[in-house]
Amino acid sequence: MDTRDTRNTTGDTGTAPARDADGVPPTGGDAAPAVTAATGTPAPGGAAGAGTPPADGRARRVRRRGERGPLASFGLHAGLLVAAFIALFPPFWLLVTSFKPRQETFSLTLFAGFTWENYDHVINNTAFLTWFGNSVFIVTLTTVLGVFISSTTGYALSRFRFPGMRSLMWTLLLTQMFPMAVLIVPLYNLMARYGLLNQPVGLIVTYLTIAVPFCAWMMKGFFDSIPVAIDESGRVDGLSPFGTFWRLILPLAKPGLAVTAFYSFVTGWAEVAYATAFMTGERNLTLAGGLQTFVNQHTQDWHYMTAAAVLIAVPAALVFGYAQRHLQAGLTAGATKA
Amino acid sequence: MAGTSSRSAVTTAGGTGNGAPGRGRTTGRNGKQGPPPPPGRFRRALSTHWYAWTMIAPVVTVITVIIGWPLVRGVYLTFTNANEANVERRIGVNTIEATYEFVGLENYLSVLGGAQFWDRLTWTVVWTVSCVAITFTIGLVLANMLNRRVRGRAIYRMALILPWAIPAFVSIFAWRMLFNERNGILNAALEGGGLSAMTWLTDPFWAKVSVIAVNVWLGVPFMLIAMLGALQSIPAEQYEAAEMDGANAWQRFWNITLPGVRSVSSTVVLLSCIWTFNMFPVIFLLTGGGPAGSTDILVTEAFKLAFQRSPRDFAESATWGVLILLLLVAFALAYRRVLRKQGEVW
Repeated sequence: MDTRDTRNTTGDTGTAPARDADGVPPTGGDAAPAVTAATGTPAPGGAAGAGTPPADGRARRVRRRGERGPLASFGLHAGLLVAAFIALFPPFWLLVTSFKPRQETFSLTLFAGFTWENYDHVINNTAFLTWFGNSVFIVTLTTVLGVFISSTTGYALSRFRFPGMRSLMWTLLLTQMFPMAVLIVPLYNLMARYGLLNQPVGLIVTYLTIAVPFCAWMMKGFFDSIPVAIDESGRVDGLSPFGTFWRLILPLAKPGLAVTAFYSFVTGWAEVAYATAFMTGERNLTLAGGLQTFVNQHTQDWHYMTAAAVLIAVPAALVFGYAQRHLQAGLTAGATKA
Repeated sequence: MAGTSSRSAVTTAGGTGNGAPGRGRTTGRNGKQGPPPPPGRFRRALSTHWYAWTMIAPVVTVITVIIGWPLVRGVYLTFTNANEANVERRIGVNTIEATYEFVGLENYLSVLGGAQFWDRLTWTVVWTVSCVAITFTIGLVLANMLNRRVRGRAIYRMALILPWAIPAFVSIFAWRMLFNERNGILNAALEGGGLSAMTWLTDPFWAKVSVIAVNVWLGVPFMLIAMLGALQSIPAEQYEAAEMDGANAWQRFWNITLPGVRSVSSTVVLLSCIWTFNMFPVIFLLTGGGPAGSTDILVTEAFKLAFQRSPRDFAESATWGVLILLLLVAFALAYRRVLRKQGEVW
């Protein structure tokens, strides 16, 4: 750092401060002001840089690896800021709108007549809390059952070679591709036959058709990342295969189980098609169905919708924020070891 | 892997997960018996594999009952004329027997012979391709930007994956509010900028643009995280070596970054294609398939046939469902074949 700075100040005096002042934040290692015209591209190291000295004959400062010129830095931050703005604006606007009274719902100012009335109405005068309870109950049970049912299968697929293994893997892969359109009609008819429409049990069974193949596949990936040597030492010490799984591998796979559970929870929480088709009647709806009741052909209660939407999104976002540290690990474990 | 422990695990466990499949087992078998299948093969297999089979039993049972059985019934329905009026149903305590009849291939002929299916298929393909292509490009670009030393990286990352944290149906309603024709903020911004307001959700063309935009907005975070993981798995030495050889930024991107993210992207693109092809909530909640069904993709149309049209046509909806499934399977197989031809192990 020291040598670079000295070289910089001695090499050229006039232009560097002017460049610095053009509003680019001097960030960490990128702070060194660049003086050559080629600010857009990081200098590709000594060999290429030395071959083309700048025309004006000043000493060209060679940028270190990973360094950027101010222009590149500016572009980077500008790009990221625009993307972040686009990503944040819709949820932000939803939040802001939820505090506006009805007549101000579409006003363009940030705060127009701040009120809690929307929340008050949604919580006290609609079945929102019932929908919330329905969703929590159905999705939690789906997740727990899904993980519980499929964990042993994930383990067996990861560790053993047995007849029928390939066909099971294919079945799991294929069922994950199933569009809801292929199952929704027969499931609806079966539910109608057994009186399970408008029952939480019916929706749990339906969601398990999504959760089970997914969880089994995902957990196979996680078990793959646990060394087989651990199983072997357990077997040598006299554990049965079930004992190995239950007492050695499952405790080690807890993070994987958590990520799998989280994914199936999020999937169920956001499911729309089955919930819309199978659950009717105000008290049976889940959140996905409930939110639709605020804005449809008959009603246009945007102000209530925003309040309900915020109440749905905040807990989900909190859970997500807590779990997202593990997401990347989960993705690579699940996706690339297919 | 120590020889003895692996051998003992093999003879009892029927093979270990790591390493070449089958290799361990053959040695285990050869120890006791010749290669040709001996009599009582099933019993032998049972004694070797019984706990593997026990372990998979729950999933096999569940899949057979709640996926296999409905699937078979669904396929059967496509050969009948089942609709709202003639399926088995309950009114109070009375059960009305099903009266639909077997009609053979009639449903398939009428669906494939009509223009509607092909219209919807064309739009579904356009929708899938444009959504996945745009999402992938934006995801890769943003991942590249985030993969550098940049101040506030953690904050940018949090902001960029926020759309993923919010349930999709909530965000879709937020977008519906922004797109609102008379009062929405997008049109207000356009008019403020001296442009004319758009009929976002009521003009067939702009409705298509809108649903694609919202789906891209929803899909970028996943792509970003997946690509970030892929980028971080590329060893830095490769970039160093390339710089030593005088490669510029573009050359490094084309020759190191892109090949480096290939195995992850091939999986992710396949997944996204399937998800987008089946993306129900965006279309259903944003435009409801409108205006005049112009944004309906195959799955929303199938849903409408069974649950929103009157009379509900279960048989035709099931036919659409089976055709969608066949299309997806064909696509996945073709994709896999292409990858395999290019030497990708998948």
